[in-house]
Amino acid sequence: MNVRAPASDLPLMLRDVAIVAGEVTILDNIALTFGVGPPTILIGPNGAGKTTLLRAAMGLIAATRGRISWGGRESAPPDRRAILFQRPVMLRRSAAGNVRYALARAGVPHAARAKRASELLADVGLQGLERRPARRLSGGEQQRLALARALARDPSLLFLDEPTASLDPAATKAIEDIVRAVSARGVKVVMSTHDLGQAKRLAGEIVLLHRGRLIEQAPASEFFARPRSEEARRFIAGELLV
Amino acid sequence: MTGDGSALHMVLTGDPALLAIVKLSLIMSLSAVVLAALIGVPVGAFFALTRFPGREVAIVALNAMMGLPPVVVGLAVFLALSRSGPLGSWGLLFTPQAMVIAQTILVTPIIAALTRQTIEDLWAEYRDEMAAMNVGAAGRIATLVWDARFSLVTALLAGFGRAAAEVGAIIIVGGNIDGFTRTMTTAIALETSKGDLPLAIGLGMVLITIVILINALAWGARRAGERYAR
Repeated sequence: MNVRAPASDLPLMLRDVAIVAGEVTILDNIALTFGVGPPTILIGPNGAGKTTLLRAAMGLIAATRGRISWGGRESAPPDRRAILFQRPVMLRRSAAGNVRYALARAGVPHAARAKRASELLADVGLQGLERRPARRLSGGEQQRLALARALARDPSLLFLDEPTASLDPAATKAIEDIVRAVSARGVKVVMSTHDLGQAKRLAGEIVLLHRGRLIEQAPASEFFARPRSEEARRFIAGELLV
Repeated sequence: MTGDGSALHMVLTGDPALLAIVKLSLIMSLSAVVLAALIGVPVGAFFALTRFPGREVAIVALNAMMGLPPVVVGLAVFLALSRSGPLGSWGLLFTPQAMVIAQTILVTPIIAALTRQTIEDLWAEYRDEMAAMNVGAAGRIATLVWDARFSLVTALLAGFGRAAAEVGAIIIVGGNIDGFTRTMTTAIALETSKGDLPLAIGLGMVLITIVILINALAWGARRAGERYAR
């Protein structure tokens, strides 16, 4: 249910983006475009810059150099994009209270929030847990609640930062099912992961980062069948990229 | 033991003089805590969420003010409210209002400093989520104060403890006038100096009981709230 006027942050364009913190270059000359389509999965070893790229793409970090634009606008408030952090923080409220809060911040009228919160909780499989204190949910449930909170913003662009990093297979499957359902509804998902199997299961497109540089961007089938770079070949083969 | 027996009798029979003193003490301390909360919570939140030159020094000063000597505050308020003082025209010296002002000055730094610490800790947790949800400054403060409300009860209790136990400031600005500005603590001091121990002991018993009861109530409210919200 869309409760607000449609608008889109797509395409998301990063043009020669560099992010430098002190002496450290975290991202270096990244040029990427994300348009409508199946999920884009960011892969790469620790320290590759995946989280920083997601935060910059969300608008939480300013680029030191280069430009980022959303739907052609360079200063777009994050009204139609949302992010799920690797370790999301639950607000000190009930599960439904967390979603209602996000709905309120997204400008959803008060009268519509309770019903919409129930719908979103049902979408992520948390029906019946509306009144449960959010911080008492299991890790997997908290991730799904955070996902419901992100979806409350009715995003056209959804960033997921290793959303299943600390989850068991059942909880991982639940998250992956939601990602597929969200993507099928036309939301552009950009997600980072360390899990190559997960990348194969979900990706329409793969972006490989290494040491802050873009190594390869390709459709998933092509990336896994015919990797163009040495780093991609080694990463797919399970070798350690250091 | 005679003193204890008489004091207990005064408490159990609801001695009018004792009740009047207890009532004034409660009204005064609770008023001071409410006023201090209205000032201290926003000030604490401001210190927690803003960055400005000299902030560290200001925080050290705020924390130091938790240890303000009551007699010095009492003296300052006395000088301000005395006839020749800058606020002398208000005519508040030796009134319960003057005592509330003095106690508010003593309690506000406690509530502000504890609020700052509580809000700052919660802000460290919430910062990313608030940014991602594009929450503005006013929304952040409201959210953090609301979500920290059970922790802030502790700050209010600390403030109430300070107000309820305080004697040095209020005896200076209130004058300990019988039936008008006499509170439990000032009466205890007076009666002890006069050697009239039954009333002093009775008031002491009531004071301790009230402090325990209010703390127990606040603790219960906090636990109940935490069960729901955490």
